[in-house]
Amino acid sequence: MIDFSVFQNSLPALQVVVPLLLAPVAVLVTIPFLSWLIALFGSIFCLYSSVSLFLLVSEFGKINYYMGGWLPPYGIEYIIDDASAFMIVLISLMGVFATTYAYQSLKNEINKKSQSKVYGMWLLALGGLLGLVTTGDAFNLFVFLEISSLSSVTLVALGSKNDKRALTAAFNYLLIGAVGATFYVIGVGLLYSITGTLNIADLTLKLSELTNNNSMKAGISFIIIGLMVKAAIFPLHIWLPAAYTFAPSAVAVLLTATATKAALYVLSRILFTLLFNADEFTVIILQWILLPASIVAIVFGTIRAIFEKDIKKLLAFSSLSQIGYITIGLTLGTASGIMASFIHIANHSMMKAALFMGVGAISIKFNQSIKLDNLKGLYQIMPITSISLTIVILSLLGIPLTIGFVSKVYLLKAVFNHGNWPILFIIVVTSFLALGYAWKMIENIWMKQPDNMNLLVKEDPKIYFPLFVLAIFNILFGIFAYPIVNSAFKASNAIFWKVI
Amino acid sequence: MIHGILGIWNYWIVIILMMTGLFIVISRHNLVKKMVGLTIFQTSVFLFYISLGKVQGGTAPILTGYKNTLYSNPLPHVLILTAIVVGVATTALGLALILRIKNEYGTIEENEIASLNTEENSK
Amino acid sequence: MNDDPILRVCTKIIVGPIVLFGLYVQFHGDYGPGGGFQAGVIVAAGFILHSLIFGLKEGRKLVSERINLIIMVLGVLLYGGVGLISLYYNSEYLDYSILAHDTKHGQHIGILLIEFGVGLTVAGVMLILFHLFSSWKGDSK
Repeated sequence: MIDFSVFQNSLPALQVVVPLLLAPVAVLVTIPFLSWLIALFGSIFCLYSSVSLFLLVSEFGKINYYMGGWLPPYGIEYIIDDASAFMIVLISLMGVFATTYAYQSLKNEINKKSQSKVYGMWLLALGGLLGLVTTGDAFNLFVFLEISSLSSVTLVALGSKNDKRALTAAFNYLLIGAVGATFYVIGVGLLYSITGTLNIADLTLKLSELTNNNSMKAGISFIIIGLMVKAAIFPLHIWLPAAYTFAPSAVAVLLTATATKAALYVLSRILFTLLFNADEFTVIILQWILLPASIVAIVFGTIRAIFEKDIKKLLAFSSLSQIGYITIGLTLGTASGIMASFIHIANHSMMKAALFMGVGAISIKFNQSIKLDNLKGLYQIMPITSISLTIVILSLLGIPLTIGFVSKVYLLKAVFNHGNWPILFIIVVTSFLALGYAWKMIENIWMKQPDNMNLLVKEDPKIYFPLFVLAIFNILFGIFAYPIVNSAFKASNAIFWKVI
Repeated sequence: MIHGILGIWNYWIVIILMMTGLFIVISRHNLVKKMVGLTIFQTSVFLFYISLGKVQGGTAPILTGYKNTLYSNPLPHVLILTAIVVGVATTALGLALILRIKNEYGTIEENEIASLNTEENSK
Repeated sequence: MNDDPILRVCTKIIVGPIVLFGLYVQFHGDYGPGGGFQAGVIVAAGFILHSLIFGLKEGRKLVSERINLIIMVLGVLLYGGVGLISLYYNSEYLDYSILAHDTKHGQHIGILLIEFGVGLTVAGVMLILFHLFSSWKGDSK
């Protein structure tokens, strides 16, 4: 009765609409297990649709979907090309992992009244992020930015059962996020005032003639500052450590794998696709704003992580430095730099998500923050979790045969080709410095004896299974790196028009 | 020159409101005052958009029956409707969080909350 | 407040016209300022006035919490569902032109339906926000 080809043709819209429409249904249902099933169904559907779109795009090229049948530049269009296909596959894959992990973990960490409504917020965050990376209209991007931000704030605040500091963390996230999004809107308004259009492709065409216009420079600057807040680039990263530390573990898994990465993708779109004709201005932004910010982020993140005893906070600061690596790849301004950034976006999602899953597995029985000491002798109590955690920590360090090594190699290659020796030196030195905190974790897991308290924790298959599969992915894509590297290469070609 | 500066008086108001809102967000310790500052900041952005859409001699962008009427640009009005709703949602969420914070901490002054948090940190 | 006869009588007289005015604003959004969001707020304001004067429990007897939640969800599903109908007719999502025999009437019907969905959702949300904020007793565990 319903034509399957209609279904196929409207996948770009359905992939955003299905999670957004399932979210109120999940809120209405009062049994937590059913709400979780609805969330799982939504995320698996998104995975199915993003993989089919990815395969369609690699075969047929860019897909333009016109919402409501209105043609651009009057209508809103959704663009699936190599770069956005890469991002939607990443976001939905990590969404599925996070959702399968979430049921048991959230059952233990949030209060009873919220246990079915949380999946409504979960689906809203997922749908909002998927819309963020596929939309081709600047104001629609703001709407999805706010949808995903406000639902992330609610998800972070749910950690208040264990630690009341989750509430202040969520409030700071809300305040800073709202200011950042409003900066983005000001930027879009300035660009609209000189070009008269909101469609990103049309903006690109019209801005290419106006390269020395002051309104254009002001507008782009506002947009970039707004996106830097969402992507947690130093010095606008203030919300990140507190939000990731005090959020429930499953929420930290979802946010670290998807939210900042989507904002980094939009940032690279604005810098390279939108500004493809404004060479001097882009160089100024990259060299004087992004480059110092990334270097400080890398150094500050790593050093601060070494002195941190609370594991979630350690992982949050480590995330800061990894985001610095991603933006260093962007500052090079070459296609290989963008490719290295995309590879690291994918790999870092997989690594950090697994790490937060591991920490969540341990924190189920402790109702306080997990310190490094709580990891002592973990190999005796939770063997599978310890093995998976160790694999992922080694991957974070960049040991060969893991995905961390692949991304480090491509990043160093891109920096080497650009001839920028100080950055090369900083990246290598901080990679060694990362041993400072990674070694402490491995040493505590394998080489110490457990305290008495640790013997109370038991392994739960529902929790360690997604973690184990992600750890296998870490090694699998480290050995067979072709899928990720190739898709990142095509994505960088789609973003960086000048390289042909 | 004077005409150029005084003629754009609505944009001066936008700038003043924007900076006032940001200053309140940054400098006031009370959480409710921060939310008020955020609302002022967002309102200034709405004024900015609506000013952009005004066409000289144009009337409100609602179809009258007459031909040859000059309408203002309706697109910024639609954008601002959306942005107002987003602002309402942000304010509602922020105030709900403030209620919970007051319940847990007993205070909504940011410096007192920070000192309570550092006590919690050192435990 | 519920022992002041003037307020009580005036509220009883005026709540009905407020809701009626809200419905007027809702369906005349094409011909004058109005539309879903404004109408939702006006209708919610009527119910909130009733709750303010007669007490929160009376307000909740009028619109129970479950009904409130269902209204919100129905509004969102109506908005999204109307777009899904156009998928069935082999067109893009949110294309309302196919809902009637020609484009103009189709768009008209589509906009009416989705504005009604928006109005339902906004009224439900405003009402539930008011009740949640005012019945907060400070226990959340």
